[in-house]
Amino acid sequence: MQVTETNLQFFAKQIRFYTLKELQAVGFGHYGGSLSIVEALAVLYGKHLTIDADDANNPDRDYFVLSKGHGGPALYATLFLKKFFSEETLYTLNQNGTTLPSHPDRNLTPGVEMTTGSLGQGISAAAGIAFGNKLDGRSNYTYAIVGDGELNEGQCWEAIQFAAHHKLDHFVVFIDENKKQLDGLTIDIMNPFDFVEKMKAFGFAAERVDGSNVDAIDEAIQRAKKRSGQPTAIVLDTTKGQGVSYLEEKVDNHHIRPSMDDTNAINAALAELEKALAGGENQ
Amino acid sequence: MMGSARLDDKEMRQTYADTILELARNDDRVIALEADLSSAMTTSRLEKELPGQFVNVGIMEANMMGIAAGLSIVGRKPFIHSFGQFVTRRAFDQLFVSLGYAKLSAVIVGSDAGVTAEHNGGTHMTFEDIALVREIPNAHVYEASDSYQLQYLLKKAYKEGGLHYIRTIRKKAVKLYDENETFEKAKVLRSGKDVTIIASGIMVAESLQAAVQLSQMGMEATVIDMFSIKPLDIDTLIEAAKATGVVVTAENHNVNGGLGSAVAEALSENFPVPLYRIGVRERFGQVGQTEYLKKVYGLNAETIVKEVKNRLEVVI
Repeated sequence: MQVTETNLQFFAKQIRFYTLKELQAVGFGHYGGSLSIVEALAVLYGKHLTIDADDANNPDRDYFVLSKGHGGPALYATLFLKKFFSEETLYTLNQNGTTLPSHPDRNLTPGVEMTTGSLGQGISAAAGIAFGNKLDGRSNYTYAIVGDGELNEGQCWEAIQFAAHHKLDHFVVFIDENKKQLDGLTIDIMNPFDFVEKMKAFGFAAERVDGSNVDAIDEAIQRAKKRSGQPTAIVLDTTKGQGVSYLEEKVDNHHIRPSMDDTNAINAALAELEKALAGGENQ
Repeated sequence: MMGSARLDDKEMRQTYADTILELARNDDRVIALEADLSSAMTTSRLEKELPGQFVNVGIMEANMMGIAAGLSIVGRKPFIHSFGQFVTRRAFDQLFVSLGYAKLSAVIVGSDAGVTAEHNGGTHMTFEDIALVREIPNAHVYEASDSYQLQYLLKKAYKEGGLHYIRTIRKKAVKLYDENETFEKAKVLRSGKDVTIIASGIMVAESLQAAVQLSQMGMEATVIDMFSIKPLDIDTLIEAAKATGVVVTAENHNVNGGLGSAVAEALSENFPVPLYRIGVRERFGQVGQTEYLKKVYGLNAETIVKEVKNRLEVVI
């Protein structure tokens, strides 16, 4: 089935719904940075990535690396919806003996291409994947999501420089600019300045889009696929806790162990999403 | 120093480059990575001879580990070289997580082992690389003692897959082996009844020289080239410990965490015998010629003879 733009919005709601349910099952976790990448995951997995759970090792598949590994819960909800594992498995997040650890592990979780969580490393591996595919003459795409806080890590800028030097035009880096890192606002902890200008200075094509708008993300990817000779950076203007207003407004929302008030608000968000999803994707 | 010892015909770096070339010609998945030290390692010629099988990533050791991880994911067989300190202590989390924990295959070669970093001095003199890589679960850790052994170990690592660290000098080593040797078990190079000397890298030749001097004094030494620090050939080790009752280790590395530690741990658990570890103790590197630095840090036949005599006197 060709996924339409409406479906992408629906798919994003599904991902958000299951991300919240999954995090509730374990009782704590990285809510903020998982929710801010939901729309990007919806567009990638709902429309662009040529992947198939039944043919997961096809060398011509597109690759996705979640460099900001703490967004794992949102990736797992997406992979469940793409049939890489069961709903029952989804609710084992961070339980003893689980195949779904906080940070993605390529050896544990079907559909996870690279082990990440030590910030700055996933983008290098993604650049290596894109480079290897280019050397071998394949035309598949490699996508990575890095966090705005993650870009504090110097290694990211090594990988970015490498990708531009090698003209990896089948490599798309999303920067999840949710403006917060663990200890507070990025602008207070370590001013990122202008990511678009920085990425351009490092040799990327770069643009900023509304990271809560699936159509805007989709169009940016389409523009990236038309470019040759340089990689693309898509800066996602997002909100930590995106799509759940209570969590968006919560100041300290990187890792949450919900209070009673938090739980009530998350339950209300789940009920609202469930209602929206009940009508089906062609409503 | 080794008055009668014959050096290899070829520098270790030439052996590295030649071996990569041979492997790469037969397998287009092989790819060599350098971080702006390709002319120091003589691998710069690979770029011309092997398009698509060599990449110089610039001075980006952390990124190099990740690029290798990505290349391994898409089926390439990466060989990574830089000076030992850059591929271990500088990029250790990348080596640990992106390659080790991710269970990806790569052969990491760290050159200018210990004092052979010579005039690059303390910043470049690596006495802790073996200790670091030994901590990575399932990683193989080798120190090559001569050119043929280096070639063999590179091919062995290529065939086995997984994560391998090979420590080497760049210049000519003392020739120890003919081209019909295999390196699947520790090499017992000399057998004696009084003491076992276990060494790796440049300390193997020093140990052989010490054994000759000890023999002239009436003490017969077994000398073992323990080129594989991990996995350690415990059977050969215990057999020698049982036969001699005293063990001395010799390494161009810190005594904490390297060959001496590995031997001490294995003997303590299996067959405790008096042991002394020759190596670097609580010191950083410094500039100097290799032979001078060997004296400064006690990494020579003279020290081995002295410490063996000390141990044997205590035991007797």
